[in-house]
Amino acid sequence: MAKNNGQGKAATSAEPMLAIRGLKAKAGGKEILKGIDLEVRAGEVHAIMGPNGSGKSTLAHVLAGRETVEVTEGQVLFEGKDLLAMTPEVRAREGIFLAFQYPVEIPGVSNMYLLKAAANAVRKHRGQPELDAMEFLALVKERMGIMQMDQALLNRSVNEGFSGGEKKRNEIFQMAVLDPRLAVLDETDSGLDIDALRVVANGVNSLRGPERAMLVITHYQRLLSHIVPDRVHVLAQGRIVRSGGRELALSLEEKGYAWLEAEGRGTPAPAGAR
Amino acid sequence: MSGSTKTLQDLTAQDYKYGFTTDVEADTVPKGLSEEVIRTISAKKGEPAFMLEWRLKAYRHWLTMREPTWANVKYPKIDYQDIIYYSAPKSAADGPKSLDDVDPELRRTYEKLGIPLQEQKLLAGVAVDAVFDSVSVATTFKEKLRSLGIIFCSFSEAAREHPDLVQAYLGSVVPYSDNFFATLNSAVFTDGSFVYVPKGVRCPMELSTYFRINAADTGQFERTLIIADAGAYVSYLEGCTAPKRDKNQLHAAVVELVALEDATIKYSTVQNWYPGDKEGKGGIYNFVTKRGKCQGRRSKISWTQVETGSAITWKYPSCILQGDDSVGEFYSVALTNNYQQADTGTKMIHIGRNTRSTILSKGISAGHGQNTYRGLVKILKGATNARNYSQCDSLLMGDQCGAHTFPYVEVKNSTARLEHEASTSKIGEDQIFYCRQRGLSAEDAVNLIVNGFCKEVFRELPMEFAVEAQKLLGISLEGSVG
Repeated sequence: MAKNNGQGKAATSAEPMLAIRGLKAKAGGKEILKGIDLEVRAGEVHAIMGPNGSGKSTLAHVLAGRETVEVTEGQVLFEGKDLLAMTPEVRAREGIFLAFQYPVEIPGVSNMYLLKAAANAVRKHRGQPELDAMEFLALVKERMGIMQMDQALLNRSVNEGFSGGEKKRNEIFQMAVLDPRLAVLDETDSGLDIDALRVVANGVNSLRGPERAMLVITHYQRLLSHIVPDRVHVLAQGRIVRSGGRELALSLEEKGYAWLEAEGRGTPAPAGAR
Repeated sequence: MSGSTKTLQDLTAQDYKYGFTTDVEADTVPKGLSEEVIRTISAKKGEPAFMLEWRLKAYRHWLTMREPTWANVKYPKIDYQDIIYYSAPKSAADGPKSLDDVDPELRRTYEKLGIPLQEQKLLAGVAVDAVFDSVSVATTFKEKLRSLGIIFCSFSEAAREHPDLVQAYLGSVVPYSDNFFATLNSAVFTDGSFVYVPKGVRCPMELSTYFRINAADTGQFERTLIIADAGAYVSYLEGCTAPKRDKNQLHAAVVELVALEDATIKYSTVQNWYPGDKEGKGGIYNFVTKRGKCQGRRSKISWTQVETGSAITWKYPSCILQGDDSVGEFYSVALTNNYQQADTGTKMIHIGRNTRSTILSKGISAGHGQNTYRGLVKILKGATNARNYSQCDSLLMGDQCGAHTFPYVEVKNSTARLEHEASTSKIGEDQIFYCRQRGLSAEDAVNLIVNGFCKEVFRELPMEFAVEAQKLLGISLEGSVG
């Protein structure tokens, strides 16, 4: 069914790379997403904004296939394929990358080792030959520059003892190595000081391209002044209550979320907010 | 030698003849244990008289002992009269005719481990041609060792060819009266390995039973004795990552190591006996006594073990740190899956001054597995400035398994310094998900995480062994993640 098998061809602009339709999902027995519709095309960067508890991270987890989230209704197509039918690892190999809000520590497993296993799993899936240690090292060195990564971090255990900033930087570095089609950045800016934020944002920007789409989830507009989105969506109470261009993020900065949250609940928004 | 022992020796030497004549042609001795059975075993092996005397002393002592019940393991009562204590090595004709006759499940595992075909045949007990790669390898290997004066042979051969060495060291670390299973072993052991590395010689290769001709049938009651003379070095590998079929349920081996001044012995084990089926039926009971004595100054004994097999593992490789400045090490990975039980750990007995010991234990429990670390650090009065560092980590997979830790400490010298760290963690859903989100399958993710957990121990294994051990853990954990 899918014409695009992930060989690096861009989806045609007529066909969205990611199409979410009527998505409802539960976590912990509670309905969190109450009907999401969203389309993202190759080359686009979409921001998902919203207050705490609005369902932003749940959406990221649905896309990545986290089993703690149960999809109750709706459909998600990724390059025309039924994403929800795939296991998390197949989604990853198809080109979906999630930069975790809380990157996980894996003691005793070197960052390099995980990344090589991951890169080769993706390559195998794409029908490309696996990289040997030397080839992989060359790739890593090239991509490391993007994130101004300290090489010592590569040989340390995955995220173990990393500072908050190092963890987030490591996520984007992994993204640079794995070369995904769709990157979902879950609150990548949280816990970063302004310098670290700039480094991470520069890394993300350098990975923007006509064949890649990004979904940037954030609470704050400050990230969006570094990673300028094509579209901004506001999630409140499990629904997208407003979509717009970059200026929407700016007006949120000014007015806060309260006026839009009210819309999510279905109560009339304060008159002045419209 | 005391008078009573002398009489005993005479007596036994006398009876020896009868033992010898009654059963000489038979391939097996009758079921059960008696002095006659022991005499028969000794006679069949053509042992010198002191060996028989020693065996009988052990047997008589064993009769006064009770099977220990303190270990944190459960198993039905063993009927020691229902065991055949000696059977001649099976002739090749009894085994499967070709690999096609071998259990496909077993073959699948061999393939996953990447074991060469010839070796698969050997392990599965398939009759192999006389001209066989490893035989010639083993021959050149033996010549090399001989030129250095290193003795590496079966225990039986050692008892015949080097009785002085055997008599001097047998039972010097694990006396015949040591414990129920070691005493049983002393009475009935059939074979095992013997190593002697002369003064100042560094053994140039890893010694492994695999290279010992006629070692294929290791037997139920194995006994190994390794002696490193002053300044010598030897690294010994025991076992094999491939699962070996064995119809004997009870295994009670004894390993004794002796390191003289400035000598180093490194002993690595990968144990993968049949663990029983998924419901916990069958499987080997592995009740082993392993102990090393750092007899000389600055000597060092290092145990590394990867225990993934057996229904029950009961094993405490220990070090007696007698020489001043001697060093004992214990690195262990024990994995229990399905209904496996392991009660394992070490004892570090500090006697000499400035003795140091390190304990690093990693227990992994999956399925209904029960994993116990039991360790003793004992600092005796004269052990001035003794140091110990212990670390016991447990990893749990699922909610049906268990991890237990019993660290005992006895300190009789106030200058001693001891550190103990322990942790218990559950393999996290979030760790598995993180790896899967990067493209690894759930099984690969678990392997990666478990291998990371065990890394500090694997680092101590010889390179090739370490690679095999990693693969083995993965196979042993198959199906343990949903």
